[in-house]
Amino acid sequence: MTNNTVIELDNVNFGYTSDLAIRNVSFSVQAGDFLGIIGPNGGGKTTLLRLILGMLHPVQGKVLLLGDSPLRTRHNAGYVPQETNVNKEFPIIVHDVVMTGLTTSKGFWRPFTKQQHGQADAILDKLGLLPFRKRKIAELSGGQRQKVLLSRALVSNPSVLFLDEPTASVDATGEDEIYQHLVDINNTGTTIVLVTHNIGIMSKYIKSVACVNKHLHYHPDGKLDEQSVTDTFGCTVDIIAHGLPHRVFQSHHNCKDCHD
Amino acid sequence: MIELFSFEFIRNALIASLLVSIASGIVGTLVVVNRLSFIAGGVAHAAYGGLGLSAFLGWSPMAGTIPFSLASSLLIGFISRNQKERADTIIGVVWAAGMAIGIILIDLTPGYFTDLMSYLFGSIMAVSGNTLLWMAILDICVIALICFFFKEILAMSYDPEFASIRGIPVRFFYYMILCMVALTVVLLIKAVGLILVIALFTIPASIAELFTNNLQRMMIWSVLLGCVFTAGGILAAYFLDLTAGATIIMFACCAYGISYGVKKVFYRKRR
Repeated sequence: MTNNTVIELDNVNFGYTSDLAIRNVSFSVQAGDFLGIIGPNGGGKTTLLRLILGMLHPVQGKVLLLGDSPLRTRHNAGYVPQETNVNKEFPIIVHDVVMTGLTTSKGFWRPFTKQQHGQADAILDKLGLLPFRKRKIAELSGGQRQKVLLSRALVSNPSVLFLDEPTASVDATGEDEIYQHLVDINNTGTTIVLVTHNIGIMSKYIKSVACVNKHLHYHPDGKLDEQSVTDTFGCTVDIIAHGLPHRVFQSHHNCKDCHD
Repeated sequence: MIELFSFEFIRNALIASLLVSIASGIVGTLVVVNRLSFIAGGVAHAAYGGLGLSAFLGWSPMAGTIPFSLASSLLIGFISRNQKERADTIIGVVWAAGMAIGIILIDLTPGYFTDLMSYLFGSIMAVSGNTLLWMAILDICVIALICFFFKEILAMSYDPEFASIRGIPVRFFYYMILCMVALTVVLLIKAVGLILVIALFTIPASIAELFTNNLQRMMIWSVLLGCVFTAGGILAAYFLDLTAGATIIMFACCAYGISYGVKKVFYRKRR
């Protein structure tokens, strides 16, 4: 592990039952990376994210986040869950959602300071949501809600940001907009780890990629070979037919079933 | 009308309605936003086991009901967190078991348990000064806890997963809310009875949720609506010679139906 290592997994195994969902996974993520974790449904992408964040504990192996156990360091990480996993009908306004990103285990009963309220408004402004700060969360579109959750994760200035399917309920324009924000955030030095099964759009922005389907194949240069995709998804042809971009799928031109 | 307030039992009942509404409005809001209504129903019915235990051991009703309700709420909470797929079934079992224990213990108690009906349907017209004091103490505790931990409770209620990543002891707050539910249930039983407790927890908060956009306002409106329903129900029950607990709940149910309709019509017009 180097000083620049943000995440390190060493021979990690995990299973909800006796059948392991994650098998012998070892890899590390360096500071400033923009890692895309891809894989089929049920392949263990979200499980891997939860292991890194300490929400699940490996049955074997070691997980380090920012050099220590995730339970001790995860408050320094930002987390954006799937928008559909958060209660849309909850009586809360946009500004207050972002403020929940500043709650910590210290300072119970101490109200937020003016400066913290300003911090929340500044991040909302940056993501173009300031006009909606007093709106109830239920009144926003899926894409706007996703950006509110992104603001909540960013308000504490995390050194690493995790996102679970951040564009699952967002249209194409909103999707591009969110990724563009992520690139800007990454350019300021924040490490980004993103879980998605939407390989197409992700491939334009990421720096490295990891394919997860119980096992993990890590590609630090952000490029995939045909074998990795086949191993991960179990169906190369189908993916290519749905427009897998060149940068991710490096050697697709040799495939007889490919459609560009 | 004015002479009505010369009766001590009416004065006590109206003071009780205010005190009960404070606790049920605040705790009921947490029950509604955290989707704990079924758990609260389970705790309310399981509390009957505590009443049976008190009768069997010759204790005051509170002495048995408070620990029994706390234990059943923590048990239900523990199972709900750890066995999510089976939570509803297990809550149903604890719900039924609590009532069955209560009935069996009362059967085994020599003599006749005269207060049975008052605990099933409430007896707000018969609250004593001592009960009012307990209600006031509960209100102070509930208000203090909410003031101290509001931002943490808000964060964990909105998104418990994110809150735990931020380092908030989500499990502690979850069990704290369940303990508040258990203690409020014990006092609400006195007012509206255990069968109707769940209505007083959920109806004012659900109406408030329709028209507010933040948790503080939802709590304040729940308290105010609870006051209107309980005081209105008491007066209606007095003049119409009806059971106060049931009248309070019918009053609240009608208000919920009207509010829901108004919200739907208003929402459709805005769209």
